[in-house]
Amino acid sequence: MSLIIQGGRIIDPVNGRDREGDLLIEKGRIVKVGKTLSGDRRIDAKGLWVVPGLIDMHVHLREPGYEYKETIETGCRAAAAGGFTAVACMPNTNPVNDNGAVTDFILTRARSAAVSVHPVGAITRGSGGEGLAEIGEMAEAGVVALSDDGRPVRNGQLMRRGMEYAGTFGLPVISHAEDLDLCAGGVMHEGVVSTRLGLRGIPSVAEESMVERDILLAELTGAALHVAHVSARGTVMRIREAKARGLSVTAEVTPHHLTLSHEALLEYDTNLKVNPPLRTEEDRQALIAGLADGTIDAVASDHAPHNIAEKEVEFDQAAFGMVGLETSLPLLLQLVHEGRLTPVQLVERMSVAPARILRIKGGALSEGEAADVTLIDPDLSFTVDAARFYSRSFNTPFLGRELKGKAVYTLLRGKPVYRDPVMKDRK
Amino acid sequence: MAWGKRKDLLGIEDLSREEIEAILDTAESFKDVSLRKIKKVPTLRGVTVVNFFLEPSTRTRTSFELAGKRLSADVINISASSSSILKGESLKDTAWNIEAMNADILIVRHRAAGVAHFLSGMLDCSVINAGDGAHEHPTQALLDLFSIRERKQKIDGLTVAIVGDIAHSRVARSNIFALRKLGALVRIAGPGTMIPLGVEAMDVQVCRSLDEAIDGADVIMMLRIQRERQEKSLFPSVREYARFFGLTRQRLQGAKKDLLIMHPGPINRGVEIAPDVADGPYSIILDQVTNGVAVRMATLYLYSGAKR
Amino acid sequence: MDRHSPETRIISAEKMAELIQDLAERIVRENPDLTDVILVGIRSRGAHLAGRIAGKVREMTKVLLPVGILDISLYRDDLRSRIDQPELIRTEIPGPVEDRNIILVDDVLFTGRTIRAALDGIMDLGRARKIQLAVLVDRGHRELPIRANYTGQYVPTSLEQTIRVRFSEDGEEDGVILRELAR
Ligand SMILES: [Zn+2]
Repeated sequence: MSLIIQGGRIIDPVNGRDREGDLLIEKGRIVKVGKTLSGDRRIDAKGLWVVPGLIDMHVHLREPGYEYKETIETGCRAAAAGGFTAVACMPNTNPVNDNGAVTDFILTRARSAAVSVHPVGAITRGSGGEGLAEIGEMAEAGVVALSDDGRPVRNGQLMRRGMEYAGTFGLPVISHAEDLDLCAGGVMHEGVVSTRLGLRGIPSVAEESMVERDILLAELTGAALHVAHVSARGTVMRIREAKARGLSVTAEVTPHHLTLSHEALLEYDTNLKVNPPLRTEEDRQALIAGLADGTIDAVASDHAPHNIAEKEVEFDQAAFGMVGLETSLPLLLQLVHEGRLTPVQLVERMSVAPARILRIKGGALSEGEAADVTLIDPDLSFTVDAARFYSRSFNTPFLGRELKGKAVYTLLRGKPVYRDPVMKDRK
Repeated sequence: MAWGKRKDLLGIEDLSREEIEAILDTAESFKDVSLRKIKKVPTLRGVTVVNFFLEPSTRTRTSFELAGKRLSADVINISASSSSILKGESLKDTAWNIEAMNADILIVRHRAAGVAHFLSGMLDCSVINAGDGAHEHPTQALLDLFSIRERKQKIDGLTVAIVGDIAHSRVARSNIFALRKLGALVRIAGPGTMIPLGVEAMDVQVCRSLDEAIDGADVIMMLRIQRERQEKSLFPSVREYARFFGLTRQRLQGAKKDLLIMHPGPINRGVEIAPDVADGPYSIILDQVTNGVAVRMATLYLYSGAKR
Repeated sequence: MDRHSPETRIISAEKMAELIQDLAERIVRENPDLTDVILVGIRSRGAHLAGRIAGKVREMTKVLLPVGILDISLYRDDLRSRIDQPELIRTEIPGPVEDRNIILVDDVLFTGRTIRAALDGIMDLGRARKIQLAVLVDRGHRELPIRANYTGQYVPTSLEQTIRVRFSEDGEEDGVILRELAR
């Protein structure tokens, strides 16, 4: 049985392709990319983009421990619906993924999931910032990176040791950069809007100073540093400088930081409460520019599911974070429609770069490789609707928003893991 | 009179100049009622007003309670100690329980900013914000404006200095919005730790010292200083605060003859304001208390008709 | 709504002046001691009428009767059915009400509810010795046991009609207008 994806626009930056063509899949692998190929079954991809499966390198799947928010199964189905074929999940579960047993558990559960799951292990025990986690064991079990995401590694010395130790096992270190003393219990960006709303602010310097510390530590230790969810203009500048110095520093940005700014909070919508916070329009523009010029390598959703009961509370009390797997690609396509990003750049930032940073397979449509493929209809308009979410949570400010463009077909190792209803009409 | 069909009073920021003036004009009639022998009118007979105070504030709660009773409304008080919110019930559940009492007007005081917005989106009854965190305290600003207008016959063109912890003060925020909308010039002063980032965007003049702020001012509003802030390094000691930002008689030597000094209470005598200034000739602190009832009667009256 | 419904001027400006003169004469006749009388007009047209009556009384007796304005919004019994709260006009009564002879003045007497509210309003201001009522037009349809002491003219109406008294104080020609309510 072979499958032919016919007549789509194949965008595959790694192999230098951006043209119409066919993709032949057999036994879960890409056999050939070319013209007028034939196979036993065909998918008509006319008008669609055919791209390497998207990779979300920063999600929270909540399992084990917070299954009421999300599970590996539901989170992965949401990922497939969003056009992703792989995700990297953060270790702030309960228990924290700080040892090989938890990593094993996650990977076992992930075997039957809709997409590939790459666990990220904790840097410190219980992400408590007090001593190193069992990094070697986790590396053996299969973690792809290290992070105490959700909180920073406060102690500079411990972060240095973490970077040095991670290097031994060839793992990149992902920094959740936040100086908690400067955050001082803040709940949104500190600026004109927080002053008007009387909410405690998180200054940009809380992120920038920590990123600077970690860049200096990466320089000292030679570690591969990846900066998670960049939110401030100054951070983009610092990363640009570090890259110019030739350091191994990469960075990601979320779709919401690319599309929203702090003015959106004027009605106290807790779905807009995220960490790092939405900042100014000037910051947002700097993030888009940084993404376009490659200073920021990747887009990651920071998919953070929460139960409605954790959001329908006082703003101060509400949990940080929003879901993103099912809106990430559509939001990035808005930037493409606005001319801020080319289709090739989008594929580069949402598939190629995450694979490269995490040193995992994927990010290309190379012959002989697993057929992880996403079909995108860039012009399909739809309304974001909680009832259609695969995720167990729907804490997003984009509900009801009309967006243009989405994934319509997702294949994992040649098997469909998501098919949009519109694909039924194609034959 | 420019009175629309507003359901809630969440903050001064939402109101137009005309709406603010309409409330103040209405309050004049209620001040007359407050001054006569029979201080009660039957206007809100059958209306249920719930005073929902999750932060202790005898002053504001009593003022709203008196306002409701003088309008013949049924007033129910729910405080932090009497409500089950401390026993694990969420704010949302408590709010629904209040609505189940068929409340027409909910007056809410809470330590978290945005709670009045939160409740207004959830409930059909009118929500009146009696102070939410460091956000707004609209009826306090209205009564301050009423008290100024009563003495000066206008707000337009006055110079008003607000002194103290601007960053954490809902009274300051509401007054800045209200005074700017009505055409007053607003100066603010306090230690740098208490001046919030980006406050210039609220169209106020930030002064370096108390003397600079009060020089030639028509009105000085002193804010209450919270001693707890000392622990968060907002100021080193009460003594030092009083020395640099406390209002004393010496500092008022060059003051205008018709200067007004205000304070939302409760006062820390000898800290932000010297006792002889608080009780002195410029002080209208007691007017503020009296006018509070009239302004809150006007608010209840105007918002009571809005139930959907 | 009733912009196009026919309107009839049932009392002319001259006739209205006669009626007011007549009201003033009867008030003077029935109240030999004018020194403790206060005319209290119910806002806003009752206040106009009270002013006119005071003028006539002064022409006749040289006595200037004090005129007050009463806003009854706070005493109405139909407030809760309204969406917009009525604008409050300050009630202004010259001097205390205590032991005075109050003559309430209104343009039209209809259901009696306005007068009931006005009586409550006056009584909350103090204990008057006596309260009387003067109206220009009585159109019937009382819902409460209330009767005027001085009535300019009885005008039989149906509930499908409205009566409006116009005053030059509001920039209109004096007179009483009858209209059919559009269905
Ligand atoms: Zn994070």
